[in-house]
Amino acid sequence: MLVKQLSVFMENRPGRLYKLTHALGKEGVDFVTLSIADTKDFGIVRFIARDNERAYEILKNEGFTVGITELIGVEVDDKPNALAEVVALMEEANMNIEYLYSFVLTNHNSAKILMRVEDTERAVKLLEEKGIKLLSEKIL
Amino acid sequence: MKGKLKDYIYQPEYECLSRSEMENLQSERLKKTVEYVYRNCKPYRAKMDEFKIKPSDIKSVSDLSKLPFTVKHDLRAAYPFGFYSADQSDIVEVHASSGTTGKLTVVGYTQNDIDIWAEVAARSLAMAGVTKDSLVHVAYGYGLFTGGLGAHYGAQKIGASTVPASAGNTIRQLTLLRDFGATHLCCTPSYAIFLGTEIQKAGMDIKDFSLVGGAFGAEPWTYQMRDELERLLNIDALDIYGLSEISGPGVAMECMQKQGSHVQEDHFIPEIIDPETLEPLPFGSEGELVFTTITKTGQPLIRYRTRDLCTLTAGKCACGRTTVKMSKVKGRSDDMLIIRGVNVFPSQIEAAIMNVAGVSPHYMIYVDRINNLDVMEIDIELAGNLAPDKVSDLESIKKKVETEVNSYIGLSAKIKLCESGSIQRSEGKAVRVIDRR
Repeated sequence: MLVKQLSVFMENRPGRLYKLTHALGKEGVDFVTLSIADTKDFGIVRFIARDNERAYEILKNEGFTVGITELIGVEVDDKPNALAEVVALMEEANMNIEYLYSFVLTNHNSAKILMRVEDTERAVKLLEEKGIKLLSEKIL
Repeated sequence: MKGKLKDYIYQPEYECLSRSEMENLQSERLKKTVEYVYRNCKPYRAKMDEFKIKPSDIKSVSDLSKLPFTVKHDLRAAYPFGFYSADQSDIVEVHASSGTTGKLTVVGYTQNDIDIWAEVAARSLAMAGVTKDSLVHVAYGYGLFTGGLGAHYGAQKIGASTVPASAGNTIRQLTLLRDFGATHLCCTPSYAIFLGTEIQKAGMDIKDFSLVGGAFGAEPWTYQMRDELERLLNIDALDIYGLSEISGPGVAMECMQKQGSHVQEDHFIPEIIDPETLEPLPFGSEGELVFTTITKTGQPLIRYRTRDLCTLTAGKCACGRTTVKMSKVKGRSDDMLIIRGVNVFPSQIEAAIMNVAGVSPHYMIYVDRINNLDVMEIDIELAGNLAPDKVSDLESIKKKVETEVNSYIGLSAKIKLCESGSIQRSEGKAVRVIDRR
């Protein structure tokens, strides 16, 4: 019931993101999502590829420091307050969200939320109980 | 005020000898020291036996080069007190400096050694014009480091008022300097420049200070730094040299000619050697400075390799002294760095880094002088097998490296995490340090 995501450590300097995207692009690997967490010195690039295993292998071979993380994926209606309702559930249960990002695909009227939490198992159980639709690994 | 300082000779009976008088004195003292060390210092006796040298082979200073060298490693191997020649009960003070592997280099001083130290420090401060009417503000650290107490002993020996301010707390330093009317300042040159730049920021005016001069050392500094320091504090700034193994600050000191430092060679015989072949080099050649102490009793050292690169010159100085002069230290024949007056070896930093999980042993140390203060940055690669997902995990690795480095070397460094493989690998001897000062 979890969504796999790749995380790559990256120094905060010009040319680094190109190196990563180009390494994957030239091998025909397609991104589904991509986000960057940045600090003054470094960033963490987090993404989901259509073929995560392949992307992982390519980046390892290129010498990137890369890891695989499992996220909770949730599908909600694309309407105001939908995200807030999910976040509220987590808050009531006193569960901390490490990070979160969301996206809406064209021609869909639902939004997808991906989040990393402290206690994944507990969060999955909670969301299921509350009837929230969870995404499987194939999120598209 | 610059130009107000009066250099005077504290002990002309030793500082102005003719070359032959000095060599006779040195020969007599050297013979005694070699006999004493051979009799009492087991590790050095073993060296002499290995070289098949007997104390009776040493008849004058010209025989000095027959003797084996002493190196820092010998002192560490005898850690803590195995290199003493004196009985431990006769040691009255112990100092130590950092070594390459985190083990300290220990030096024990007898009362005789402390008296010698005070005497050479007094001679040094006299070159900076310190008299019994002076007020000497010592902003070197007091402790195992010899800077603080060395300057302190010298100033007290002369009879000056001595203010043991020690290091740190800039505003308090400036307030004391101004309110007490310090005439002389002793600290590292970079800290003196820093104090100078902080005067205005603290809302003070240099006109309200009574400073005329100072003795600055414990780290190498350039003539440009002297100009800057003299301008900022409106003083004459002189270079003082020393190392704890020999005697702390006062082993050599610059006179008002500001062209080289007079070595107190009636106590410490200087030599220059080629650091590769270890052959002695003539006056004027650049090489590694080697000292033999000839009056100390606690832990006298014979042909101790300082690793400092410089030149020696003989001849009468315009100040009237005849003692040999050493040039400014131009570098090191090992990889030791002196950062904010603290001795740092890259191997210590490596040892600290290796204690942290999540980073690799690939690192690069950058040393800069920013606003006249030494700044160290360590770039270090993340371990290749790390799964980097949370910013907080990476921040905590960074914090751990900072803490470890600080506890190993006693200095803070800026840590930068780098991508695996991004730090240049070198063939042969790895380049670990880029000193941009």
